[in-house]
Amino acid sequence: MSSPATDISIKLARQEGWNRPPVIEPDGEGELLELAMGPHHPSTHGVFRMDVALDGERVIRLKPVFGYLHRNHEKIAEGTSYLASMPYTDRLDYFCSLTNNWAYALAVEKLVGQAVPERAEYLRVILAELTRIQNHASSIGFLLQEMGASGTPLMYAFREREKILDLFEGLTGSRMMCNYMRFGGCRVDASAAWLDATRKVVSGIPEFVDEFENFLRTNEILMARSQGMGILRPELAVNAGVTGPMLRASGVNYDIRKVDHYGIYDRFKFRVPLGDHWDIYDRYMIRMLEIRESIGILEQALKEIPGGPVMDPKAKIRGFRPKPGEAYGRIEAPKGELGFYLISDGSPNPYRYRVRPPSLINLTILEDMCLGHNVADVVLIFGSVDIVLGEVDR
Amino acid sequence: MKTVEEIKSAIEAAVPGAGVEILLNPGPSGQHSLVLRREGAIEVATFLRDDPELALDFLSNVSGVDWPDKEIAEKVKVTRQVVKTVDGVEQTVDETVEETHKRVEPGYLEAVYHLYSMEKKHGPVILRMRTVNRIDKVELPSLTPIWRSAEFQEREIFDLYGIVFTGHPDLRRILMWDGFKDHPMRRDYVEPDDFEYEPTAHDEVLARAQEHKSGEQGTGIRDQEAAKAATATGAGQ
Repeated sequence: MSSPATDISIKLARQEGWNRPPVIEPDGEGELLELAMGPHHPSTHGVFRMDVALDGERVIRLKPVFGYLHRNHEKIAEGTSYLASMPYTDRLDYFCSLTNNWAYALAVEKLVGQAVPERAEYLRVILAELTRIQNHASSIGFLLQEMGASGTPLMYAFREREKILDLFEGLTGSRMMCNYMRFGGCRVDASAAWLDATRKVVSGIPEFVDEFENFLRTNEILMARSQGMGILRPELAVNAGVTGPMLRASGVNYDIRKVDHYGIYDRFKFRVPLGDHWDIYDRYMIRMLEIRESIGILEQALKEIPGGPVMDPKAKIRGFRPKPGEAYGRIEAPKGELGFYLISDGSPNPYRYRVRPPSLINLTILEDMCLGHNVADVVLIFGSVDIVLGEVDR
Repeated sequence: MKTVEEIKSAIEAAVPGAGVEILLNPGPSGQHSLVLRREGAIEVATFLRDDPELALDFLSNVSGVDWPDKEIAEKVKVTRQVVKTVDGVEQTVDETVEETHKRVEPGYLEAVYHLYSMEKKHGPVILRMRTVNRIDKVELPSLTPIWRSAEFQEREIFDLYGIVFTGHPDLRRILMWDGFKDHPMRRDYVEPDDFEYEPTAHDEVLARAQEHKSGEQGTGIRDQEAAKAATATGAGQ
């Protein structure tokens, strides 16, 4: 199967600089206005700056500036043992700590060739899909907030997120900093009562999604401000390494759950929604549809979950020293491909520990999407990327 | 998905004189990598992206790795002729001595690229490029013109490791500030000892806590009120 996106990209690649942001000439005679949006702009979801050059209202140039939250997570991880970095991965993308845990555990399991028991795999899928639902719901809420729907959609999303966070707290002891996965399984087992509570929450989510969509789908402001806005061509999205809902909204069929079949994702039936118009509205819609697919996965997983241990009894915990070698493990996190690259030299600490942050790499094409648009739309385009600064700056 | 050997021979057929070497991964992950020469790297990368069979159109991850100079101590047995006095007579005797030779293996900086194919849905193919040394010859060709996703990641490696990517369209520091001098992810980086003392709220709290522990009178609001009331009634009497 050949996807149309890559065919175009090969043709376009013959032209020099096709994947660079276009140069836009100002049409007025006046001076350009250079504006620093951020680091304390409310739309930047944290501390992030966009240095924007404006011709009137039109964006002529945009340079993102990062690093305000930089704490050199990778260096810290190289100075501690493998397990000690696990709680620290919670702090990367603090909305989705469980998927961060999973990506790191997966990379280490690849590094040492560690198997994971059945029940733990099911629990990982359940927790990852719950994470995806709450992340997508709140990211749509934030997007609507930036369109001026002050508070209300966000609170609807947070109401639902709260139920999921309560589940996380019930199982892991913490709402956001879960620190739940271990190399070779999960830290604690889920009780039957917890699984029942999860079934109850999951059965209520479709109603929320329907309600949310009824309010939003044909909302005039959402349609006027997002359709045809911030278009990202599929060939550029592939070339720029954009992943996650952003990529699928650009019409490229690439979901790591389907491609790598990591964990036990090949056992579940789910579809991969794709966008047609490659704009902000598509990104909103893809997230909505992915919530629905996640509900389907959750229902299957909650029905099939077997009994048994949640931790491989042979897994080594004390004196954990992987043999020399390297491994790159990646998962489909709610924001895109989250990967961990580890090099071991046989010592208890990783020789090299690298995080492939989806939030940072999805921002590569921010300038391309924003050029030519009004400055008010930059806020929306940026919001539709769905980033968390804890992961961008690391 | 082709094996590394097949990819290597495909590269050598398409790009003559590419000089690709295979680096085997001893670990159980089985992710072997290809070491590229700096000179032909752009051609090899373009081939890997545009070849219809490989179609590695997605550059997922770029990481820097620092391999500092390694001092290797080797023990060598050397036979020498030594003049010795045996029983009062000077003789030349062969003697075997063990000597430790110290050899410094020069270090280098490395950029590791993880490639996948979105079209064929396979991967990863891992490319590695190495600088000549860690001090002055730290240039590598940038692969940003081929895969745009390297743009921020190569900037990050330039920032944290100090590899200079030639041909990068916008090579500036990304996470550290512009005036920063060093490269913090290198193994031999030493944190500057320039922390300034700042009085914080903690000191006040600590002082209050110590006061609370030493004296009978508490420092909480209720204790203060009680003390005030006590002095007030005392004055009244």
